[in-house]
Amino acid sequence: MDLLGFIIILVKVLVVFAGTMLTVLIMIYAERRVSAFIQGRLGPNRVGPKGIFQPLADGIKFLMKEDIIPAGVDKPIFILAPAILLIPALMTFAVIPFGSDITLFGRQIPLQVADVNVGILYILALTSIGVYGIVLAGWSSNSKYSLLGGLRSSAQLISYELAMGLAVVSIILLSGSLKLNDIVGDQQGHFLSWNVFKQPLAFLIFLVAVYAETNRLPFDLSEAEQELVGGYHTEYSSMKFAMFFMAEYANMITAAALTVTLFFGGWDVPFVNEAALGLWGAMLSVTSFILKMGFFLFLFIWVRWTFPRFRYDQLMRLGWKVMLPLALFNIFLTAGYLTFKAVI
Amino acid sequence: MGLVIKSYEPTFWDKLYFPALIKGLMVTLRYFFKRKITIQYPDEKHIPPDGYRGLHRLNKYEDGRIRCVACDMCAAACPADCIEIDPGPAPWDDGKERYPVKFEIDLLTCIFCGFCEMACPEEAIELTEIYDFSAYTREDLIIDREGLLDVYEMTKDQNYYSRQNKNGKPKI
Repeated sequence: MDLLGFIIILVKVLVVFAGTMLTVLIMIYAERRVSAFIQGRLGPNRVGPKGIFQPLADGIKFLMKEDIIPAGVDKPIFILAPAILLIPALMTFAVIPFGSDITLFGRQIPLQVADVNVGILYILALTSIGVYGIVLAGWSSNSKYSLLGGLRSSAQLISYELAMGLAVVSIILLSGSLKLNDIVGDQQGHFLSWNVFKQPLAFLIFLVAVYAETNRLPFDLSEAEQELVGGYHTEYSSMKFAMFFMAEYANMITAAALTVTLFFGGWDVPFVNEAALGLWGAMLSVTSFILKMGFFLFLFIWVRWTFPRFRYDQLMRLGWKVMLPLALFNIFLTAGYLTFKAVI
Repeated sequence: MGLVIKSYEPTFWDKLYFPALIKGLMVTLRYFFKRKITIQYPDEKHIPPDGYRGLHRLNKYEDGRIRCVACDMCAAACPADCIEIDPGPAPWDDGKERYPVKFEIDLLTCIFCGFCEMACPEEAIELTEIYDFSAYTREDLIIDREGLLDVYEMTKDQNYYSRQNKNGKPKI
């Protein structure tokens, strides 16, 4: 690889990393403000104009706090667990295309850090690794609440990853590729070419599964303040806790981006040919991607402050007895349709 | 014959869950755009409704004479026994012979029942809408005659809190 290509990749990595971290900060602020608005309150509004510097103040507070490692914890794992959760959460965004190609310095640059040809598998694999962070945190904490939180998280993973994977399979059947770029390309054109209209059932299953995947309400069983104190991060303090916090939001960002990519045409703007517009088209596509992602991020918060938590057995029943059969049925329909089309 | 209670059977529409979920989301969305009811206290003060029983005051006539004639009715009516009055001969020549030399209310003991206000034959003692009075010592919360007259000066225009709101910071 030549030097210029290397620099371009480096810049893209930095932009995506900084973008993700910035979105995490915005999300922390948005979560508090939106929850306050939904409850008729104002939320934090003192640090800076409208309180926008609140996440920075929180960050400083986390850094200044005493980092407590309780007696009796499995120290290496205890320290490693937040990193195991956070790093995959930040890595996942690498394969998501966030805009159409741009031409700079006489070469075509895809707005995507790495165009991995097994993009979806990469994402599914990394999000599953993230759960190890939760389980290990619960295991090493030497606390019954943390352990139960970790346990629940792994059970949740098994019952949801399947349905989620199967929902994605029907998308793969349609586009015929695991590359996220191809999946986005497949949805170009007008509104109805978006996968959400071709695969509404898969979209619903995927959406519900994503909430379980990111441990957000109504499926935040691994945290469940009322039953498990704080779940897997009960024993964590200071920056280690902040890492769990950041990982949760980074996971949400990835999940929102993935939902947009798979079902809402990625960076696609309906009725506009982005490639023909050059740099402006690329900017337009990035804006459209950010807007779509913003909606799903808002939905995460919105849903959190609307629905109560599912009970453990309800979650299992929903995962195994409703979502899995529905996802299989959807694959059957899709495959049947494709076969029928091929034969005709 | 006993009462037969039929339990609600969920319809197919109910079992889909999603219509109900969307309905719930719409409720929270409505609240998201609603007016917020928070009052940003030190900058902005809640204006109590009429008849609120807060800090006491001693009324004056327009010429500056204190209305109180030290009859001790309020102290007698007080269930908390927090009013202490020492009467003296009035320095004014208007037919009212007595006036309070000392008039003290222990605000820590007071239960703000308003009985003193009702007992007063001269409409001299009244409860105002002021609720945010505090001090660093117990002694500072015993309000004397001059203090009660100052409260009258502060509240006679009936806009104690709305005046403060105007001067306070703008609403964020």
